Amino acid sequence: MKHFIFTIFTLFALILACTEPDKRVLPILGERDLVNGDTVYRSVPDFSFVDQDSQIVTNASFKDKIYVVDFFFIHCPTICPKVKANGLRIYQKYKNDPRVALLSHSIDVKNDTVAALKRHAQKLGVGKPGWYLVTGDHDAIYGIADDYFSVAVENPDAPGGFDHSGRLILVDRNRHVRSFCDGTDAADVDRFMQDIDILLAEQFGTR
Amino acid sequence: MNSFKTSLSLALALSVSLWFSGGCGQNTFREGERLYKTHCANCHMDDGIGLSALIPPLAGSDYLNKHREQLPCILRYGLSDTIFVNGKMYAEKMPGVPTLSEIHITNLLNFINNSWGNRNGVYRLEEVRAALEKCQ
Repeated sequence: MKHFIFTIFTLFALILACTEPDKRVLPILGERDLVNGDTVYRSVPDFSFVDQDSQIVTNASFKDKIYVVDFFFIHCPTICPKVKANGLRIYQKYKNDPRVALLSHSIDVKNDTVAALKRHAQKLGVGKPGWYLVTGDHDAIYGIADDYFSVAVENPDAPGGFDHSGRLILVDRNRHVRSFCDGTDAADVDRFMQDIDILLAEQFGTR
Repeated sequence: MNSFKTSLSLALALSVSLWFSGGCGQNTFREGERLYKTHCANCHMDDGIGLSALIPPLAGSDYLNKHREQLPCILRYGLSDTIFVNGKMYAEKMPGVPTLSEIHITNLLNFINNSWGNRNGVYRLEEVRAALEKCQ
């Protein structure tokens, strides 16, 4: 009987240990400056793009939200569909949560017009306010990609004419990059979605 | 009697080793699986489910059976027609892979047609070769 009670107790402790909420704190990623002895993290600069509904999207569109950034183009023969499929998992999990949004930048500003983005969003089965697909000035898109610490450099030798990283990047309410993952890797995206929950808890106090 | 026992145990050993080496069952189309991961999985996904209304599924797709003779050409030269798969319309262009050999295409089609619950039979090399000669 003693053994039995001990076993039950151990099992119970194990279950408790396994269900304890994740206490990790996400670091602030990216470059930092030292200003008057204080560390100042660089934040995502001001931007202005146009979304699939022809509306202007700026930093203000993501005020009081945490958001997930990626770079893609519609006629992408390589990694984009997998990144989109994983983005779709994130979209479906948080589509009724106004605190979370996705922001996909097209790096093929010539072909991915507003109309093309709209059609793409509809076929993907997504829409605002959960998922913004934006286009804009070529240099502005490529410039902000650097700021999100992604890689979006035009490379004529890459399949489809563009080289890009397939990363999903998590940005907090203070415009700081807090996490990223390989958008083609479902297991890494699972971890990334846990990071989203951790950031929600940190910035909104609830899950 | 002894020789019977010996051959019985030999047969048993052989089937066990075959089982563990993956000589039976799901690992039959290894070359096709490798090619699928390289050329197809980025869009049609590892489990063949496709992507929303953009990329049609291969798992459980009625298109595979209905267009058996065209599949070799589609793999090599791509597809730009609007097609219907399981009653749904798909209109995105699919790029072909012109570097695929007849043997590659045969292995790839056999993997696709016999994975994720698909049971669409096997392509022979001659069949694929004849189909490729008729591509338009």
